[in-house]
Amino acid sequence: MSTAPALVATQASIRQTRIHLLELARGHPRVILAGSLVLLLFLIALLAPFISPHDPIAVNADNAYLPPLSPSHLLGTDELGRDLFSRVLWGARVSLPVAFVAVAVGLVAGGVIGLISGYFGGIFDLLLMRFIDALLAFPALILAIAIVAALGPDLRNAMIAIGIVAIPVYARLVRALVLQLKHMEFIAATRSLGATPMRIILRHLIPNLLNPVIVQVSLSAGFAILAEATLSFLGLGAQVPTPDWGQMINTGATFLANDPWLAIVPGAAISVTVFSFNLLGDSLRDALDPRLRS
Amino acid sequence: MSLHLLELEDVHTNLTLKAGVVRAVDGVSFHVDAGETLGIVGESGSGKSMTALSIMRLLPRSGRIDSGAIRFKGRDLTGLSEDEMEEIRGTEMAMIFQDPMTSLNPVYRTGWQVGEPLQIHRGIDVRASIAAAIAMFKKVGIPEAEKRVAQYPHVFSGGMSQRAMIAMGLTTSPSLLIADEPTTALDVTIQAQILDLLRNLNRDSGMATILITHNLGVVAGICDRVIVMYAGRVVEQGRTEDVFAHPEHPYTWSLLHSIPRLDADDREPLKVIEGSPPDMMRLPSGCKFQPRCPFAVEQCAKDEPELRDVRGHLARCWVTQAGTSLNGSVDAG
Amino acid sequence: MTTYVLRRLVLMVPVAFLVTIGVFMLIHLTPGDPALILLGEDRSPQAIAAIHQQLGLDKPLYVQYLIWLGHIVHGDFGRSITTHQPVTTAIGERLPATLELGAVALIWSLLVAIPLGTIAALRRGSLADHLATGLAVGGVSIPNFFIGIVLIFFLSVTLRLFPFGGYVPFNQDPFENLRHVILPAIALGTAGAAINMRFTRSSMIEVLNQDYIRTARAKGAPWRRVVFIHALKNALIPVVTIVGLQIGGIIEGAVVTETVFTWPGVGRLAVESIFNRDYTVVQGIVLLAAFSYLIANLLVDLVYGWLDPRISYA
Repeated sequence: MSTAPALVATQASIRQTRIHLLELARGHPRVILAGSLVLLLFLIALLAPFISPHDPIAVNADNAYLPPLSPSHLLGTDELGRDLFSRVLWGARVSLPVAFVAVAVGLVAGGVIGLISGYFGGIFDLLLMRFIDALLAFPALILAIAIVAALGPDLRNAMIAIGIVAIPVYARLVRALVLQLKHMEFIAATRSLGATPMRIILRHLIPNLLNPVIVQVSLSAGFAILAEATLSFLGLGAQVPTPDWGQMINTGATFLANDPWLAIVPGAAISVTVFSFNLLGDSLRDALDPRLRS
Repeated sequence: MSLHLLELEDVHTNLTLKAGVVRAVDGVSFHVDAGETLGIVGESGSGKSMTALSIMRLLPRSGRIDSGAIRFKGRDLTGLSEDEMEEIRGTEMAMIFQDPMTSLNPVYRTGWQVGEPLQIHRGIDVRASIAAAIAMFKKVGIPEAEKRVAQYPHVFSGGMSQRAMIAMGLTTSPSLLIADEPTTALDVTIQAQILDLLRNLNRDSGMATILITHNLGVVAGICDRVIVMYAGRVVEQGRTEDVFAHPEHPYTWSLLHSIPRLDADDREPLKVIEGSPPDMMRLPSGCKFQPRCPFAVEQCAKDEPELRDVRGHLARCWVTQAGTSLNGSVDAG
Repeated sequence: MTTYVLRRLVLMVPVAFLVTIGVFMLIHLTPGDPALILLGEDRSPQAIAAIHQQLGLDKPLYVQYLIWLGHIVHGDFGRSITTHQPVTTAIGERLPATLELGAVALIWSLLVAIPLGTIAALRRGSLADHLATGLAVGGVSIPNFFIGIVLIFFLSVTLRLFPFGGYVPFNQDPFENLRHVILPAIALGTAGAAINMRFTRSSMIEVLNQDYIRTARAKGAPWRRVVFIHALKNALIPVVTIVGLQIGGIIEGAVVTETVFTWPGVGRLAVESIFNRDYTVVQGIVLLAAFSYLIANLLVDLVYGWLDPRISYA
């Protein structure tokens, strides 16, 4: 879980001119495909209460274990007779916000650390990066599990835990980018005109960081969803009866022999969601990479 | 000459890029005989490297020989399979490239690499091939050969790397050596040494050499004949003394006249060739050099001239073919 | 070379300290009296007082830290709260199983990644390449516990080819041991296979564009030789880096897989211990995992330097 994001940091490259969305779309169909998938997922999460055929937590013991394609139950029902399709749709309402918040935490905290470290250098850099190294050395998953178990198994703590674990990736990425940018001529020029560090950071550094960071955000979102699924698979995420994909796999696993769909459907949901985010990050990276553009 | 060692006949090599098709080698014909050194001169993009890569059939993915014949010892290389080409490369034909420092594999010892053609083509074992490499190192003038063969390429200097590359090319005593800008990446003093080496090797073994360069000085030193290329075409071709003494194509003429002279008046501006190298995707109609040509007449923009005999060697120019001599227009300064 | 190693070790020291501080704080961040946490069931006032004294819980925090650190440095990681076994023993018993799982997973991942990555690089842009890359993205998108469950469903429950969990020591029955390790190893190794495949591919593509490959072809080397002898060695050197890091991250990766397959390894011990509030064991495991990661990082750099003749650490 932790090795892949660290790799991205070493492949970042800077573009100084902004890309227009249309130009992006025309040359790179994969971005459109992935972007549409992600958009669709967000819509599902948003509209789940309106498009679900049934109440996801409504128990109906008589109708338990119905197979997919049963009347009025597209994907069948679970062990308590709850409609699987509705529960899957509602599951998005848990996974996506968690990913969003976790990535935001990692991005903001890690980004600030990376900015300070890269821009001011010196003792700041030395100390901050040692702290980041230490954080990176911690086994992320075990740490997240420990944090959530300690603070109490609920969604909010899961978000915090995953967010903390995401910090090092952004810290390293932003630092590497700032170091590259710092030595570019336009920064020296701006500084010679008397711009304050704040202004340089806000108007010149941050806009040029956007592209690689956006790529990383997509990829981190994917990993955050996986992390959340793992946590709730272990019982540390959303609690029953809130429908959550990882938790559904956990209960579904016990019924594997009788009704494999209970585990397979949420598993497929997670996979498709993470795949979309990964695809988006990948295709954005290819599209935005100045080297590959010629 | 009954049979030339190498003969190109109207070769067309095209590069298919996203933006369009580039006619990198556009109807090139020439020959090389055993023992000769032929120079191919041109600027970047003139097609000289592509010609060499076409002969070796080492074109990039986007390139293809679309028509023409390349006859080597009587066989047409364009019709051979990749396996058949692999047998010829490194044995009868060898090629060395511009940047020797990146042309050697960093994770294998130099001696092993230099002896590799023998391993591949003669089935000789590694130890024997390294012994042969030691002999080759001595031949190309690398001191302490026994020590050097065990070293990795990154410890070699530029000049020494190029000597090693030459050694590599010569292990199997090829009939033809193609050298693509072998001295461009090297210091001037080293350049002279490498060129001397090439000339001596050529003279001693009877091997033919094709020397590709953008530097006329190099050509003057060691080439028997010279070909000048522009925009994928041959624009002048002949014995080196003839071409230098009376260039019959304005491009050649401009190249010769842009070389700064030691005895020139230092208040005079340096002479340049006006304009910039042609955009290979948007070539002008008529003569391709016409936009930059100081001698151009009306006909030049309309029709493209053929390569014809002009006063003893070949040139592709309406003006000189019509009888005008370019030398007469030279400034006396 | 030794100076380089020494320099790296010195730089690691502050990081190591921070790690130990973090681990130490694990207990103290948990709401509640640490003494109660450490005691488990026996909550008599005498026991509480004894712990307070033993750990010096009345003393300032940094003193407690130093006492604890002193114990650690001497190899005393305390005892499991639940079983009262020394933590080192508890971990030591489970470690071989995790190592075996990790090793087989790594072998699986490399067996898949290197050939696929090489083929994808050679046939860049083709359908095969797109498929392989798509598979690779898929491989990191599927949660490894889900892969485990799917494998169990198809191969254990339906086809009855493999057991759905458990462990048989190698010296007891090698065949059964392998039969038990295959499914969890595949589940664990697939994400790594995907990452390694993409890395091999991009590394190979870059190598194939290098001048020395052109030289090899100009020498008349057949394609097979060019790829396997000239290109592969260069391309795999960076791959060693990520493989090394994956080895360093074994324990973390194994956590969920061991849970799904009831594999008696350190990962599962970690989860159980967290749920049982057996914090001394958790501390021990986290320290072990963190330090393996740091050592793996150092070793990876050294191995890289050893493999690539251009790099000298003199």
